[in-house]
Amino acid sequence: MILIVAEHAHGAARKSAFELVAAGRTLAAATGAPLAALVIGADASSVATELAGFVPDVHVVADPALEPMRSEMTTRAVVHAAEALGARVVLVPGSRSGQSYGPRVAMRLGGAYLEDVTDVSFEGTAVVAQRPTYLARVSAAVRTEAERVVVSVKLGAIAVAPLADTTGEVHRLDVPFSDDDRRLEPGPRQAAAKGRVALEEADVVVCGGRGFGSSEAFERHVVGLADRLGAGVGATRAVVDAGWRPYGEQIGQTGKAVAPSLYLALAVSGAVQHLSGMNRSRVIVAVNKDADAPIFKVADYGIVGDVLEVVPALEEALAGRD
Amino acid sequence: MKILTILKQVPDAESRVRVQHGSLDLTGATYVLDGMDEYGVEAALRVRESGVDAEIVAVGYGPAATDQAVRTALAMGADRAVLLEGDAFHDPLTVALALADVVREEAADLVFVGGKQADWDSAALGPALAEALGWAHVDWTTAFDLDGDAFEAVHDVDDGSETLRGRLPVVVTTQQGLNEPRYPTLPNIMKARRKTLDTRAADVGQDRMVVTGHAGTERERRRVMLDGDARSAAGELVRRLRDEAKVLREEGR
Ligand SMILES: Cc1cc2nc3c(=O)[nH]c(=O)nc-3n(C[C@H](O)[C@H](O)[C@H](O)COP(=O)(O)OP(=O)(O)OC[C@H]3O[C@@H](n4cnc5c(N)ncnc54)[C@H](O)[C@@H]3O)c2cc1C
Repeated sequence: MILIVAEHAHGAARKSAFELVAAGRTLAAATGAPLAALVIGADASSVATELAGFVPDVHVVADPALEPMRSEMTTRAVVHAAEALGARVVLVPGSRSGQSYGPRVAMRLGGAYLEDVTDVSFEGTAVVAQRPTYLARVSAAVRTEAERVVVSVKLGAIAVAPLADTTGEVHRLDVPFSDDDRRLEPGPRQAAAKGRVALEEADVVVCGGRGFGSSEAFERHVVGLADRLGAGVGATRAVVDAGWRPYGEQIGQTGKAVAPSLYLALAVSGAVQHLSGMNRSRVIVAVNKDADAPIFKVADYGIVGDVLEVVPALEEALAGRD
Repeated sequence: MKILTILKQVPDAESRVRVQHGSLDLTGATYVLDGMDEYGVEAALRVRESGVDAEIVAVGYGPAATDQAVRTALAMGADRAVLLEGDAFHDPLTVALALADVVREEAADLVFVGGKQADWDSAALGPALAEALGWAHVDWTTAFDLDGDAFEAVHDVDDGSETLRGRLPVVVTTQQGLNEPRYPTLPNIMKARRKTLDTRAADVGQDRMVVTGHAGTERERRRVMLDGDARSAAGELVRRLRDEAKVLREEGR
């Protein structure tokens, strides 16, 4: 069987859950294997009901200590479910949390781990996948014959699944947690900017670079434009290092990887480490005063100019659009 | 106490990476200690400099040329090094099992691992190593403080950051922001030459996953440059995004 781990926030499944449903359906259809979802959380019942519209069976592990996510508790729950249900493939999201428990689950199951893949399928009895390597400049084809395979799927890599026309069943799963699973004690959390679309889920991302010169200019132009477009706000490392924006907005090798329909790179030079976080975007726009900036090499549309002039002009053009 | 810091050598980010007929061509690439591993070496040194009596062992894995990366760690201040010599590529889970043997043999209390590898783009080694050891791990760590055997760490999570408290032993994976790694000074580079480097053949098992091919990821881009003053270029951009690329939704004002 194919088991997907559906992550959620604020009582609703994350977009990644529906991306995994799509990947899981393809794998299940290829082998005739059943598809099930696993929902883990303090009170995951609303999420389970939501998922039941998409998969025939939803298994729920509920425990107050499961939120915030703890890697070892989640590992225990996923391993327990995978063994109890006899999963050949466990699909987890390529989120920070999925990448935290994914390798642990694979190791504990004595299986293989295919990490941060952009697609996954069966080839005979083998599980094969594509994954970015070398700062996302290369896509490697990987293959495993292992009996149990954990696959983390890159966020935004697969189109979300449509609703199924049947209603799935929800089952409770009791997991024997050990004290060791709780040995790390979660303390204060700092949330990334609230009220804005999650970067990895955004359909449009506006990213600003050091060329804005100040956090005030960044706020006015980048955040302003993003708000107009209902877009996520991204930043380069130079901007984060300067303290203008929080880490949570950084895009690139050590930040987030995004693949929106539209990515606007404003006063961003286009360093390799930055490109690795955005080169899967469908359409890329670059605005830079330096015509030789490397970002133009990956741009669909480019404007050579001063962002402090071009962005206000863009706002005006958008305002007059309809 | 004993701190291990895990190292690998990767192509410098500026090196050209080409794919030809499905295989990877790294001819002419310059190899360096992975920047994410450098944060780990620095973190280990800072634990010691905070007054903890600690031996720091740098543990490299990979082909023979990895001794360069290991020497860099020794020149930064690690006390001695172990190099597990083996093929350039192994499945991270397989590497984790081989490294777990070294961690046990050294009876280490704290292990730093690079948060994400610049060649395999993998963040799996740290969690996999912790699992192989039966230890806890903290990933994407931006702050780490030790008090006796109790630690407090701040690390990145999906929607921001979180503080975690726990006790040793632990595997800590690095993230940008953890520290600014020091440059090895010339006297320290000289001193590092006399430090012990124990090279042995890596005792790795069967890979659970194999790489069967490579492809470039460059996409066909339109590469249209829009000329004119800011106003006309911006107007033309909006028109093209709407009519040509069809990525602007009509209801979005
Ligand atoms: C291990 C490691 C990991 C890294 N990880 C990341 C990462 O995750 N993400 C990331 O982004 N970087 C990362 N970097 C850093 C990366 O190498 C670059 O330094 C960084 O991306 C540069 O940011 P920038 O484009 O904002 O700044 P700069 O490179 O300084 O570029 C600023 C650009 O703005 C243009 N400009 C200036 N003023 C104006 C104006 N008024 N109008 C229009 N254009 C203007 C300039 O022409 C220039 O092209 C990493 C580096 C290392 C070593």
